[in-house]
Amino acid sequence: MKYIDEYRDPVAVRELIQAVSTTAQRIGGEPLRFMEVCGTHTMAIFRFGLRQILPGNVELISGPGCPVCVTAMAEVDRIVELSRREGVLVATFGDMLRVPGREISLAQAKAQGGRVEVVYSTLEALELARKNKEAQVVFMGVGFETTAPTVAAALFQAAGEGISNFSVLSCHKLLPPALEALLSGGKAKVHGFLMPGHVSTMIGAGAYEPLAREHKVPCVVTGFEPRDILSGILMLLRERAAHSHRVLIQYSRGVSWEGNTRAMGLLERVFQPRDSLWRGLGRIPDSGLALRPEFQGFDAERVFDLQPVPETEAQDPPGCRCGEVLQGLITPPQCGLFGRRCDPQNPVGPCMVSSEGTCAAYYKYN
Amino acid sequence: MCLAVPMEVLSIEGDLARVDQAGVKTRVSLMICDEPPQVGDYVIVHAGFAIHRLDPETAHESLSLLADLLAAADEGPGREE
Repeated sequence: MKYIDEYRDPVAVRELIQAVSTTAQRIGGEPLRFMEVCGTHTMAIFRFGLRQILPGNVELISGPGCPVCVTAMAEVDRIVELSRREGVLVATFGDMLRVPGREISLAQAKAQGGRVEVVYSTLEALELARKNKEAQVVFMGVGFETTAPTVAAALFQAAGEGISNFSVLSCHKLLPPALEALLSGGKAKVHGFLMPGHVSTMIGAGAYEPLAREHKVPCVVTGFEPRDILSGILMLLRERAAHSHRVLIQYSRGVSWEGNTRAMGLLERVFQPRDSLWRGLGRIPDSGLALRPEFQGFDAERVFDLQPVPETEAQDPPGCRCGEVLQGLITPPQCGLFGRRCDPQNPVGPCMVSSEGTCAAYYKYN
Repeated sequence: MCLAVPMEVLSIEGDLARVDQAGVKTRVSLMICDEPPQVGDYVIVHAGFAIHRLDPETAHESLSLLADLLAAADEGPGREE
């Protein structure tokens, strides 16, 4: 497949592994912890077995890169409650279906008689509204900057067509403020970031400049094939070796410095930043998106007069350490529930529920 | 969740494009694509939307950049203490 196969070329991959090894050896010293903040990276790293082939002083840790996993339980509770209301049809990406709120998940709500439909794109959710005129279709808007513009596009289209039975419950999260909060918190020790490819397609690599400068941490925007990821690691090692902390683009076929200004322009016309509650990280200023007043007719919070999300997250289920996993403070096997009471069939926390969650990745590939 | 894949544009009709990857054909929106693609171009597709037109030259450059990176690694700097 074009634009994929050439980035899996085994000869090039072997050479890269060698180069990573040599460079890491030359640097020596304490282990370097590089954090990836993208569920798709997490999965690719496990799928291609990259953790095992890295030299001993290079450690890859996963950060809050899975939008499903960082959705607050209180946000799940709100959509579950909506799905039980008369005349409401909830549309959601499949990823969100099994994530439990404080009591139940959308899948359980559906089993109990709630109307919940899985869609692949926001335009499918809009199509549900066109076909089910008797229902109020509410789309659960989850996702980072990659996905939020697709929601903005659907809202723009809905407004243009005058569709009146469609609304969005915005649970969107913005990545740079969360990384800033993570580093400012001081608990997570990170020597470099493998930045997410497709979030960066939208926001542009330039968005990480303040983070790199203020925390003196190199950032490499990285693609998803083995050659990409190993190159990203090599670029981070070279930055460390040179005592440099630049923002670099490895994934240049998908990412520019400025980003997708068309998509971001649309996003800004529909949404405005607001504080948001993250699972594991708590409340982070300006890390979420609210619908602008011009779009209030499509804002599920206003349409259904919902209570705001509480200031702090509810307690995790007993024993669940997803909060620490999401901050890269522990690896999943350090959680007492992992593989015992918590597995992909009976997940307790969100990092095991989501197919791109760190716990699910560890479970599947270890 | 931010999974996105390169797909070839087979035809374009207004804001929609028919695209293909390894025989899987689907229809995607071009509403938020950074540049308008032509038939035969590749676009990166996320959740039913094309989000980026792949430029063959940039993609080629990125491959040679990888080669440069390897060459540089052989003689790269060490950590200065």
